[in-house]
Amino acid sequence: MSETTLGGIAGRMPKFLRRADPAVATAFACIVILLLLGSLYSRSFLSPEYLLQQLKVASFLGVIATGMMLVILLGQIDLSVPWSVATGAMMACAAAAYGHAGVVLAIPFGILCGVAIGIVNGFGVAYLRIPSMIITLATNAVAQGLMVVYTGGFSPQDSATAAMRYLATGSTIPGVPNGVIIWALIGAAMVFVLTRTSFGRAVYGIGNRERAAYLSGIDTRRIVMIAFAVSGGLSAFGGVLLAGYASKAAQSMGDAYLLPSIAAVVLGGTSILGGRGSYLGTVAGVILITLLQSILSVMQMPEAGRQIIYGVVIVAMLLLYGRAPASR
Amino acid sequence: MKDWRYLMAEQRGTLLALGIFIVMFIIYTTNHPAGFTANVVQTAANKGVLLAFVAMAQTLVVITAGIDLSVGMILLLTNCLASWLVVGTPFETTLGVIAVLLAGLVCGAINGAIVIYGRLQPIVATIATGAVYYGIGLLLRPFPGGSVNEDLADALTGKLFDVIPTSLVALLVVVLVVWVPFSRSVFGRAAYAAGSSETAAYMSGVPIRRGKFFAYMLAGLLASIGGLFLTFFTYTGEAAYASGNAYTLFSIAAVVLGGVSLFGGKGSAIGAIFGALAFRTIGDLLFVFDFDPLWQPLFQGVILLIAVSLGAFALFRVRNRLEWFL
Amino acid sequence: MDGAAPLFRMEGISKRYGGVRALEKADLTVTAGSIHAILGENGAGKSTLIKIMAGVVAPDEGAMTLDGSEVSFASPAAANQAGIVCIFQELSLIPELSVADNIVISDPPKRFGMIDRKAQRRIAEEALARAGASDIHPRALVKDLPLSRRQMVEIAKALARKPRILILDEATSALTAADVARVFEVLKRLRSEGLALLYISHRMNEIAELADHCTVFRNGRNVASYKAGTKSDNEVVELMIGREYRHIFPPKSASAQAATPVLEARNLSWADRLDNISLGVRAGEVVGLGGLDGQGQRELLLAFFGVLRGLRGEVLIDGKPVSIASPRAASDSGVGMALIPEDRKTEGLMLPMTVRENLSFAALDRLSKGGIIDRAAEQRLIDDMVGLLAIKTAGLDIPVGALSGGNQQKVVIAKWLMRQPRIILLNDPTRGIDVGTKQEIYQLMRKLADQGAAILFYSTDYDELIGCCDRVLVLYDGSVKRELVGAEITEHALIASALNIHGEGAGQSQGAGA
Repeated sequence: MSETTLGGIAGRMPKFLRRADPAVATAFACIVILLLLGSLYSRSFLSPEYLLQQLKVASFLGVIATGMMLVILLGQIDLSVPWSVATGAMMACAAAAYGHAGVVLAIPFGILCGVAIGIVNGFGVAYLRIPSMIITLATNAVAQGLMVVYTGGFSPQDSATAAMRYLATGSTIPGVPNGVIIWALIGAAMVFVLTRTSFGRAVYGIGNRERAAYLSGIDTRRIVMIAFAVSGGLSAFGGVLLAGYASKAAQSMGDAYLLPSIAAVVLGGTSILGGRGSYLGTVAGVILITLLQSILSVMQMPEAGRQIIYGVVIVAMLLLYGRAPASR
Repeated sequence: MKDWRYLMAEQRGTLLALGIFIVMFIIYTTNHPAGFTANVVQTAANKGVLLAFVAMAQTLVVITAGIDLSVGMILLLTNCLASWLVVGTPFETTLGVIAVLLAGLVCGAINGAIVIYGRLQPIVATIATGAVYYGIGLLLRPFPGGSVNEDLADALTGKLFDVIPTSLVALLVVVLVVWVPFSRSVFGRAAYAAGSSETAAYMSGVPIRRGKFFAYMLAGLLASIGGLFLTFFTYTGEAAYASGNAYTLFSIAAVVLGGVSLFGGKGSAIGAIFGALAFRTIGDLLFVFDFDPLWQPLFQGVILLIAVSLGAFALFRVRNRLEWFL
Repeated sequence: MDGAAPLFRMEGISKRYGGVRALEKADLTVTAGSIHAILGENGAGKSTLIKIMAGVVAPDEGAMTLDGSEVSFASPAAANQAGIVCIFQELSLIPELSVADNIVISDPPKRFGMIDRKAQRRIAEEALARAGASDIHPRALVKDLPLSRRQMVEIAKALARKPRILILDEATSALTAADVARVFEVLKRLRSEGLALLYISHRMNEIAELADHCTVFRNGRNVASYKAGTKSDNEVVELMIGREYRHIFPPKSASAQAATPVLEARNLSWADRLDNISLGVRAGEVVGLGGLDGQGQRELLLAFFGVLRGLRGEVLIDGKPVSIASPRAASDSGVGMALIPEDRKTEGLMLPMTVRENLSFAALDRLSKGGIIDRAAEQRLIDDMVGLLAIKTAGLDIPVGALSGGNQQKVVIAKWLMRQPRIILLNDPTRGIDVGTKQEIYQLMRKLADQGAAILFYSTDYDELIGCCDRVLVLYDGSVKRELVGAEITEHALIASALNIHGEGAGQSQGAGA
């Protein structure tokens, strides 16, 4: 990545070390500690099968958190994740009921529905300048309303297509779940977009100082709009994968992804105020959250305990390194 | 005479919410199969009052230019707590009520401490504390259940002199005991000032932090009053995630309908109360017009979307585009 | 100063901000029952002096005595307690609260722990009456009042604190003529009640009418004190002029007069800040914007750059009318405009981002193909710029916030030069940077002009305008009051026209009186 005067490999190492954000390092350290703690509890924690299984579970959250990260980098937030996920899942399954074409178009259609939610969010934030947390809450409610009307309030009867199931549960490369591959591809694309494209630079610029970005001739509104659309699309894609995993969509399948996706991004060192953060950190955050969940469930910690521990861990870690400057 | 005009201008948001509520309520009762009877009013009041408490809670925080995404969860937590504690002899019941209210106060204080002294963004901080409160609620009531002192519950959800819904009276009392003193205190003014312009407030030597802290704390208290009433209506405690979220969401809708600015510094809890009552009535309109109740969430979502978009009209008055980014 | 014993005295006050000296052994004596005017150029140290008096900043050295005993103020509240109240230029009112709420904000009257609204109303009405603004209703919301009324509320708010020393920093700048007259009556009455008033204004006629004593500041020192009316306007201007160092400026080149202006404005107006401005900038020309701070210079630059909405009048590029709706459109290759903004920390740079990212930020569209940044091209252009401007940095991948102020400013300029703009707008680019970098910026400006750029340059430093500009337009109250060409650009002419007074040599002034 380095083309500084130092040049070459010699230039890479110091830069890599410099870039090693304490937050990312902390997150990875926590992962190691969790694995060690888990291995004390059960030997299988360090087995490759278990770790791959964890990565597979993590991949759904990873896809969703990727979109969330893009939005958080802008200094915004997307609270419409729960029903973007559910909408993606339900609409993909619904499309599958419409003959052959429906089966083929199921996945793109599900994603497109998420993109549509994201566009509404982005329009509200960028053009109407409604605070993102408000407009995304509102679109979440609308998406929920639409889905309730569509499904009649019951879990939808349509089931996932074979392609969806294959994406979520199959493995093209023997031993490596497809979900992990998909996450890796999306992650690689995200890293490329953030580091190599003018869009990525603009995202960081807006997150740091929207005024300066605007005065530098960036079309800030378009960038914000696109970021929200991507976030909506990725949430819906996460929903498609989840539906494939469970073979069908469910009413509140997205609820369990809002807090973890924000937490994964923030625990990975991305500033909630925007402009700072690396995708590596988000990967660490996603794995950390997934492991935490896994260990809590292996320990048969009830849902209540999990929620409490999440909340406490997030607040604690934010207090450690996510605070706003002292005086403003 | 001029004073009267200024009073009107000050209370414009509240009056607008009142107007919307009255119109909606007239449409509602005239189309209701039973018509305008004490029973219809009582049912409507009981449903509306719950949201009104949560909306008041949200108002306090929104005035400081913050947001509390944990109000719904505080409501759930205190509901579950009440289903354990508000039982038994009158003395035990009283202690139980006090404990529930204290729990709400503590939840609010925790939010306030994290946001103000911990300097975390209100959104993330209250989502996280909301998870904790929900978890505690679930710990208390893994399954719906419990009970409540039914004499007290019936008294507070019934009718006074067979006409006036007691819950409305209770709401009035809470307004007089909590909201009015707060809004007229130095801290209340500090909360408004901090929400309107934190720098100007600082330059004028206003106790910003204490004002904001009070607002968060009282928000917790008000949410717990909502939790108590939820217990009185249902006789049980239940930690239902979706219902907590819905209360949070509706509280924001009610606040916006009630003329409280999400940018802070403007609005009153009275407006939010009417906003809450209007929002509930709108939801129930579908019912009297015989729409499929399935449409209700969508309808409410759309109303919320429209309500939050209305604020954007101020944008067209901005003449220096740099002001978009302040 | 003779007569009554001084109420308040400042002796040997010095204050530095970083390496910049704001005050150097300044003295000031304030007597009760008099109005004391303070004069000086932009940056002469007046506002620092006031901030020290009002407890906003602490002096590095020196002593303050009140009633003969030494005092120091830890906060604005402490200064208020001692009876020193300041009305700052930036308003400190809370927009969503009522006038009465604002007047009593720092110490509201209480009854049973709650704010006593009746008492509050009474106090507010009294204060408004004392300020001569009883037409303002105490229940009106501050945000609904026009700027001039808000200023009156600000004065009432200060009076409600029962001050012994009242400081007015440009307090009349937003007032209408009728308000000014009323404020003057109030001030004169306060003087007769025994208050000490410190009055800072750029309006010479106001000072002539009000002041008993005047003190002139220059370069952080008080250079002269005199009884009001004993010096002519021209003598005062002479006192305000004069500097310890002179910059070295590159020689001006004869500009081609024939060409049509690259950038032209016709009857440009915006809100109440820009009033019927017409000007033209030709290729190869450096045109300065002069005048006191805040006379619409910044708004004019923003207007050209597509930031302001609701502009009236015409903007022409190469003689053709255009409508520029965003900075993106302004920097588009057809227009080729660049703006070096006012505040490099919030408008020019993203401080936590790297030097590299900041440098290429405005030129990303040129450096990328299909949205993907061509990093080799980026590196080439960055190397060119770092060389051209001699930016001193420990590397391209360190946060730009780690650079010195001068180098940060160079990054801001370089990031725009990467687009090779034809029109360059500069908004006070040398403020707060070291002398060496200033020189380099002067050289660069001239070099760019010689290469054919049209430059519009706003500066608060008159020396720079004299040294750098082929022409200077002096703004006052949102309109161009005077155009100075070539040898006419002297410090005297600049200050005189900035103050909107007509000294000798101001013959061709259009002369709209204040």
